Amino acid sequence: MCLSIPAKIESIEGEYAMVSFGGNRYRAGLQLLDDAMVGDYVLLHAGFAIQKLDRQKAEETLKLIDEMRKS
Amino acid sequence: MIRTVTDRVIYGGFSAPERVSGLAAQIRLEANGEYLFMEVCGGHTHAIRANGLDKLLPSCITLLSGPGCPVCVTSVSYIDQAVALSAIPDVIAATFGDMLRVPGSLTTLEKEKAAGGSVVVVYSVNEAVQLAIDRPDKRVVFLATGFETTAPGSAAGLTEAVRRRAGNFFILSAHKVMPPAMKAVVEGGTRVTGFICPGHVSTITGSAIYEFLPCDYNVGCVISGFEPADILLSVLMLVRQVNQGEPRVEIQYGRAVRPEGNPTALALMKRVFRESDEWWRGFGVIPGSGLQPGGEFEKHDARIVFPAFADDSDETGDCICGEILRGMKSPTDCPLFGRLCTPVSPAGACMVSAEGACNVNYKYSNHA
Ligand code: SF4
Repeated sequence: MCLSIPAKIESIEGEYAMVSFGGNRYRAGLQLLDDAMVGDYVLLHAGFAIQKLDRQKAEETLKLIDEMRKS
Repeated sequence: MIRTVTDRVIYGGFSAPERVSGLAAQIRLEANGEYLFMEVCGGHTHAIRANGLDKLLPSCITLLSGPGCPVCVTSVSYIDQAVALSAIPDVIAATFGDMLRVPGSLTTLEKEKAAGGSVVVVYSVNEAVQLAIDRPDKRVVFLATGFETTAPGSAAGLTEAVRRRAGNFFILSAHKVMPPAMKAVVEGGTRVTGFICPGHVSTITGSAIYEFLPCDYNVGCVISGFEPADILLSVLMLVRQVNQGEPRVEIQYGRAVRPEGNPTALALMKRVFRESDEWWRGFGVIPGSGLQPGGEFEKHDARIVFPAFADDSDETGDCICGEILRGMKSPTDCPLFGRLCTPVSPAGACMVSAEGACNVNYKYSNHA
């Protein structure tokens, strides 16, 4: 039930955002995020954007994996 | 899960076969004792079995499913209450689809719906609030289930209902929080040496809620993502914690989890909910493990507004869901598993939820 889907913010109107994931569009509540902007990737859960995804951190983790599996 | 282009760049990376096999090899190299790790979240249980990750691990590492499937820990009497509410002529019960097939003592919401009961399925609390506004002649009760991932949404929904003066909107809250249940697992005698902590719960809560586990119980914690390489990296991090004798809280899922969590969501939850003692399947009542509407939001609390219901009580019968959720038994220990209990005709909640240990076990064993 805690499944959350990565989605991209296409536009923002007040407390709602149009987000897209894999060709689908959904009107998501933005009440749980203060600083969401168009273009951000967010986790979508039960109709709300619950957190922003940090691309740089994702790349850091991938790098860590590549270092660890060679160590 | 469907992905967009950038998702593929980021997430494809976390399921790349060379990373998965490389991490598995590294784990086999470094594991040199007995390890008992509990994946608390049902989403992890599902990802582990669906991707065959358990088969990549050496036999000295045991993975156990934990109590982190909201559908599984919800009581029979909660379902009974929801069914009773849906039978009141002016009430519409709005539920997440996951709850439909959970057995109550006599029936399920799905059967009641088929028999003409007022049960509607919603993806979000927002739809339930809108329904209340569109139908002033009805009372809409949202069946609010889920952990810290889901509770902030319910808090936002309640706030919205108050703002839009939807006095006919109520919630029947079964919201629960994770840390007290994890404490109950270690205190209950399951000798866990590490927790794979729930990634999406942690996007809201942050990492500090787990600090008591290494401090008081010497158990390591890694907050994990859900892709195959996420989970294997988390296992490797836990193996290293155990090997070094240094249990601590680490975040593997850095792209979504900040140490401080989501302060806006936490503040909203705090404003709307008060802590309560909640009943969990397998554990009974765990103090401080639930969330009920508090203060000005109490007038939207279905437990207060509608006539008193029976209390949650220990459940009898042959289903051993409870022991499975505590990490004491596995689904195959259940005499009903795969015979009298299957996903088509579930006898217990752990077989209903797509993230329940019994359902996942059934689907990814030779039964299906
Ligand atoms: S197999 Fe069915 S009856 Fe047995 S523990 Fe799992 S859900 Fe309960």
